[in-house]
Amino acid sequence: MSNKKGRSHLILPDFSQSPCVDKVGVEERVSRFQKRSIKNEAKMQGLKMALNMIDLTTLEGKDTPGKVRQMCYKAQHLHDIHPDLPTVAAVCVYPSMVGVAAKAVAGSGVKVASVSTAFPSGQAPLEVKLMDTKFAVAEGADEIDMVISRGKFLSGEYNFVFDEIAAIKEACGKARLKVILETGELVTLDNVRRASDIAMFAGADFIKTSTGKISPAATMQVTYTMLEAIRDFKLKTGIQIGMKPAGGISNSKLALHNLVMVKETLGEDWLTNEWFRFGASSLANDVLMQIMKAETGVYQSADYFSKD
Amino acid sequence: MAKKQTKKALTWDYSPAPESTGHIDLKKKYDLYIDGKWVKPSSGKYFDTINPANKKKLAEIAYANEKDVDKAVKAARKAYKNVWSKMAPSERAKYIYRIARLMQERAREFAVIETLDAGKVIRESRDVDIPLACNHFFYYAGWADKLEYAFPNRKVESLGVAGQITPWNFPLLMAVWKIAPALATGNTVVLKPAETTPLTALKLAEVIHDSGLPPGVVNIVTGYGDTGAAIVNHPDVDKIAFTGSTGVGKIIQKAIAGTNKKATLELGGKSANIILDDAPLDQAVEGIVNGIFFNQGHVCCAGSRLFIQESVADVVIEKLKHRLNSLIIGDPMDKNTDIGAINSKEQLATINKYIKIGLDEGATMYQPDCKIPKEGYFCPPTLFMDVAQSSTIVQEEIFGPVLTIQTFRTVDEVIQKANNSPYGLAAGIWTDKGSRIFNLTTKLNAGVIWANTYNKFDPTSPFGGYKESGFGREGGLHGLSAYVKLK
Repeated sequence: MSNKKGRSHLILPDFSQSPCVDKVGVEERVSRFQKRSIKNEAKMQGLKMALNMIDLTTLEGKDTPGKVRQMCYKAQHLHDIHPDLPTVAAVCVYPSMVGVAAKAVAGSGVKVASVSTAFPSGQAPLEVKLMDTKFAVAEGADEIDMVISRGKFLSGEYNFVFDEIAAIKEACGKARLKVILETGELVTLDNVRRASDIAMFAGADFIKTSTGKISPAATMQVTYTMLEAIRDFKLKTGIQIGMKPAGGISNSKLALHNLVMVKETLGEDWLTNEWFRFGASSLANDVLMQIMKAETGVYQSADYFSKD
Repeated sequence: MAKKQTKKALTWDYSPAPESTGHIDLKKKYDLYIDGKWVKPSSGKYFDTINPANKKKLAEIAYANEKDVDKAVKAARKAYKNVWSKMAPSERAKYIYRIARLMQERAREFAVIETLDAGKVIRESRDVDIPLACNHFFYYAGWADKLEYAFPNRKVESLGVAGQITPWNFPLLMAVWKIAPALATGNTVVLKPAETTPLTALKLAEVIHDSGLPPGVVNIVTGYGDTGAAIVNHPDVDKIAFTGSTGVGKIIQKAIAGTNKKATLELGGKSANIILDDAPLDQAVEGIVNGIFFNQGHVCCAGSRLFIQESVADVVIEKLKHRLNSLIIGDPMDKNTDIGAINSKEQLATINKYIKIGLDEGATMYQPDCKIPKEGYFCPPTLFMDVAQSSTIVQEEIFGPVLTIQTFRTVDEVIQKANNSPYGLAAGIWTDKGSRIFNLTTKLNAGVIWANTYNKFDPTSPFGGYKESGFGREGGLHGLSAYVKLK
């Protein structure tokens, strides 16, 4: 992976000069993606692709090993009644559940992602965030989903945000780092673009929209802005970065529109779960329902699909 | 991580998503719509209209000669004198509203027929042409009984019979741009649609007929240039409204010199689209694409001359090329097609002639690697770099998906370059700074200037040009004054 080369050779740009983004123009572009008509084989291929890109997630205070084990089983057996369905890409849990999850998905190819850095607020000192991260990695996390310090970002302390990401990246070791911008708190697309640039230069393997705890989360406008940042970064540095919209993508249509957007903005190189993920808990069932509908011609009751 | 290597890239192509044609009602043969009736052309001659995307014949269209035009003008005069000019303005408005609603109800049929006849993509005819056309009727219907407020302290009188000649690039929309204000102000109409795209105007005649509009208020005669000339030269026409080429515009102006005919001419353009260094570049790239590839570049106000500030030129061109590769060229009826068919064989020949001139003059050409249908008339989106103000393809209107790209260093330089053209229809400015927008809008010699967007139309906004792009305005309050005498 090109990302393993590190980024110490890159010349850092002035992040206060990140390219500006015109919101009206972004909305117009996004509406074009939404007008794409995805039918027949293209739809089936897209739905299966979407399933295989899901980070099946449970991030609740009331999570228990039992609940996590059940979710991990579902991650590998989405709907056994249908023979050739892919697994999801990963399960996403709190650090305390990483050990349980790693054991439950071992050998299946499904990755374990752990949120860290005092998720979701990120309001903790760096030492705590580093310990949080190292613990998750030691427990067997393949991927770390960190949050940036939005307070520092909004007060203009871009260097602080940058250094923090770089430090967490170092603590990740072999685990891939997803950097959550929590775009719902950054508010403007200009800020989303700037935070994306900071994260990528600081060492992110993926950039991710949201924690799922704040609304709005992964709007198409925000995801599009981040995809453009990823494309510019690739053009400038040759390094490929992944994208993970998370929160609010709960139905198949929206997932397909997101895939259209990825295809047309970044190209088909990004259409694998190595470079694109959906952070979602309820998306899987809607996609399954659509796949069954396409094959049987009728919609089945939600009761035919397992909830957790 | 067990597997480090990227899996081989897959392809994900969109399956065909063609709009259905099952719901449209097309006759095999269309006559002339004169005095509320379908009448055969006196010459007995008909010509074919074809689908430029597959060269298949769609229908036979009556070829009107001088005699037919005379009949239409007489019908329009009679309707003007006896009915339309005497009708209470609020009653006129009711008819126009009714036409708008009927058209809206049949929007899907209009969109499909427009796409079949003109080669434009269904996404555009469905989302732009037809809704805008309906909105123009709604907008001008509202003015019909409020003319005294449009022109305070003046007495407003209609002109009489308006002769209207429309082009093939937005067949229905241009017809409506002309008919709606004419009717609202109390004039009657003889309209000739372009010979390659007459179908939606004839469908509009059906809608007008269904609306119960008094016979003779709107007459639609089809034919070639000589039919148009018969309208222009008819002594009993009070006003000529023409949209089309500058060459024909000049002929019309000569023909009506010394007569009492009023005229509005909306002619060609070679509009500048200007990208300043502080612009939101990704959105500017969209604006460039929309500016020149909208409707295959068959747009009089197309942003066909691109000017990029030197410090961002390389990155903008790189992004633009990348974007071109995601455009889908092909069947205009497919909902996913971005660029459809060139309107006619003749127009494709003109575009190819200019592409050859560009190459011969030493410009660098870029076309994306895209599949183009074998049947029908198609042209890939084309960029020309390394061109100068003195290049032929920079100076002359191509009316196709061909963009010339120049760079500039300072704002003064780009103002000078943008204005250095016989045309003056439109311009686009892309910058994050409001002050730069105001500076440029006051200095650019263009009738329409868009900031951080391009090719946006609205019935409330006037449209028209300077210099060889014509005169008079269509749309908005300004559009009314082209059809009234003020006392």
